[in-house]
Amino acid sequence: MTAEEAVGRIRSGMTVGIGGWGSRRKPMALVRALLRSEVGDLTVVSFGGPDVGLLAAAGKISKLVTAFATLDSIPLEPHFRAARERGDIELTELDEAMMMWGLTAAVHRLPFLPVRAGLGSDVMTVNPGLRTVTSPYEDGEELVAVPALRLDVALVHLNRADAQGNGQYLGPDPYFDDLFCEAAAETYLCCERVVTTSEFAEAGGPRTLLVKRHAVTGVIEAPQGAHFTSCVPDYGRDEAFQSAYAKAAADPEAWREFTERFLSGDEERYRAAVAAFGREGA
Amino acid sequence: MTGGVTRAEYCVVACAEAWRGDGEILAAPMGAVPRIGARLAKLTFAPELMLTDGEAMIVGGDPEVVEGWLPYRAHLAMVTGGRRHVMMGASQLDRHGNQNISCIGDWKRPKRQLLGARGAPVNTLNNPTSYWVPRHSRRVFVERVDMVCGVGYDRVAAAGPAASRFHDLRCVVTDLAVLDFATPDRALRVRSLHPGVTAEAVREATGFPLDIADDVPCTREPTPAELRLIREVIDPEGAREREVPS
Repeated sequence: MTAEEAVGRIRSGMTVGIGGWGSRRKPMALVRALLRSEVGDLTVVSFGGPDVGLLAAAGKISKLVTAFATLDSIPLEPHFRAARERGDIELTELDEAMMMWGLTAAVHRLPFLPVRAGLGSDVMTVNPGLRTVTSPYEDGEELVAVPALRLDVALVHLNRADAQGNGQYLGPDPYFDDLFCEAAAETYLCCERVVTTSEFAEAGGPRTLLVKRHAVTGVIEAPQGAHFTSCVPDYGRDEAFQSAYAKAAADPEAWREFTERFLSGDEERYRAAVAAFGREGA
Repeated sequence: MTGGVTRAEYCVVACAEAWRGDGEILAAPMGAVPRIGARLAKLTFAPELMLTDGEAMIVGGDPEVVEGWLPYRAHLAMVTGGRRHVMMGASQLDRHGNQNISCIGDWKRPKRQLLGARGAPVNTLNNPTSYWVPRHSRRVFVERVDMVCGVGYDRVAAAGPAASRFHDLRCVVTDLAVLDFATPDRALRVRSLHPGVTAEAVREATGFPLDIADDVPCTREPTPAELRLIREVIDPEGAREREVPS
């Protein structure tokens, strides 16, 4: 399916989980399709990077569930920062381990999972809905009950997928993409290249087969679909482009120009504009 | 070779010392100077330490090779299993060791949004934690942090036994001094001053009263072998000097 078709299944008000981590293997082609759509008022669950920044800048996020937002090589995400300082988004700020256990609880159809993380911190203060639970065993420990993070839709980007929805990652870290997929009612799996199932074995061993087809609703092929975040070994982060993104984000006029140049057309136009940007820098 | 030890190099050695005696655990440094310090510790007095490449690989040996795989979820298990000693940054830190990396001002609509709580809550409740502050100032060392991300001794005590069970704040290395919590009420005190730094200068740069003994020692000198490793092997590009300019 196309990125537009995938995004066409998302309704305003839904809870959307976005895979990857920081500025690493983010489903940017799907995020860009979301930017072009009419959909808004989203609750976004993400280990935040430029996915959060772009959606926040476009006013698509009403509620954000995250532990951080960063561009990795640039520590702070400029649009996330601006949106928070304007008071534009309602934030559920969790610890990253709480995020993982919240997604895990959703995968396993549990209402919550107990964790130690959060106790004593202001994560408990800024989320007054968080509850604790007392161990029924001898230790009697009182721990945080992290509620399940159930998702309406998950968006992830992997290196390879087959047409049935089996997904393969070839980089160093799966991040939490499989959890996002299995915690969601519908999952859209974007990939660099759609391959035949028999091609998986040549590219990597069994542990690279991260996402299974039962958890996937649709497959989208999008070369450079994680750009400008990293998608190793296919490509690393485009640091020059990311710097340009961060620079433009700091100034409304520059951001309008950036949007016009890179985000106003489809993926083909995006790739052409990025290629032209690369030639300028060379 | 020992001549002209820079402030950054004293900081590297002080960071390395944080991991002394930790055994076979993951050293998780955040920032250039802690990274250099962790490698220095591993190459000298703590060869059993485990280090990552900054992403998902554990690297060790000489020459350096990948010895293990540590994606985020396995890394989190090292945290909650307590087999890790992290040295985190701090945008704000108070006398009890409460740390903030989330935002400055009112959380609901912050004056300055920073990173977010990230893993500071899980870190401080589960594995030994130290802090690295490259610019010791009243902006960092405050009476009260705006959001408690890393949990300090007072807050963890108030949160009960499940919170304090594995809580262990070790030290705070800054560009001026090494501090720790070795006081009866577990409040910050100065353990050592970097050579050339006065107690007065540290007090001046700290936003709360600080215990500094009259006979407070100096941070130890690097050995000639350590200096050679820092300058020629670990950080020939001089990242340490950019983080702590002389």
